[in-house]
Amino acid sequence: MAVILTSEPINPWRELESMEGRILSLHGRCGARAVFVGSMRDSNEGQRVFAMELEHYPEMTRRYLHKLAESANQRWQLLESLIIHRYGRIQVDDCIVLVAVWSGQRGEAFAACRFLIEELKHRAPFWKKEQTESGPRWVERNTPAEP
Amino acid sequence: MQVRVRFFASLREQVGVADREAELPAPATVRQAWAAATGDAPLPAHVLCAVNYEYVSPQEEVAEGDEVAFFPPVTGG
Repeated sequence: MAVILTSEPINPWRELESMEGRILSLHGRCGARAVFVGSMRDSNEGQRVFAMELEHYPEMTRRYLHKLAESANQRWQLLESLIIHRYGRIQVDDCIVLVAVWSGQRGEAFAACRFLIEELKHRAPFWKKEQTESGPRWVERNTPAEP
Repeated sequence: MQVRVRFFASLREQVGVADREAELPAPATVRQAWAAATGDAPLPAHVLCAVNYEYVSPQEEVAEGDEVAFFPPVTGG
């Protein structure tokens, strides 16, 4: 289980590749990997967005993400999980969050991955302040999970 | 007793302060910590509360030295 909070740019594909290389216990046992990558779009709620400031509560956010990863690990049969979340100044197309799980089977992998990102969006202490075409604006709610 | 009170995001901008100490009688609740730290401002409807990095309700009791935090609905991910 790895949980990383960083103000540096995230290359999710490199992180996944690095994980694959590092975790020897996956070999032969991992039949399923589920991955979510969230990145910044250039519009939200009808406004063009140029950049974003992503605030967090360091001690609480870190603690929450660790507990979240543990709860997924207890609920599903996972070989490994990874959560990486960015904070600070974010540009359009930057990766904001990477959630990945490694499991024996796809049912576990899909369910755990979905749980991690939905819970994170619902409860992890982060707040986004967008720089829009008409000035700065705090995001008040997340986009819904179901289309 | 003294508690540390922190405000985040748009709530910090509304209240006008990020971090302050509040003096409270014992026992006291999270709601009372809000009142002490904001000069009796009304507690907004959708505010989330935490004590020592765990989510709590406004009715939760606080102890000497606790860190109480107030913030708007979260928007990470």
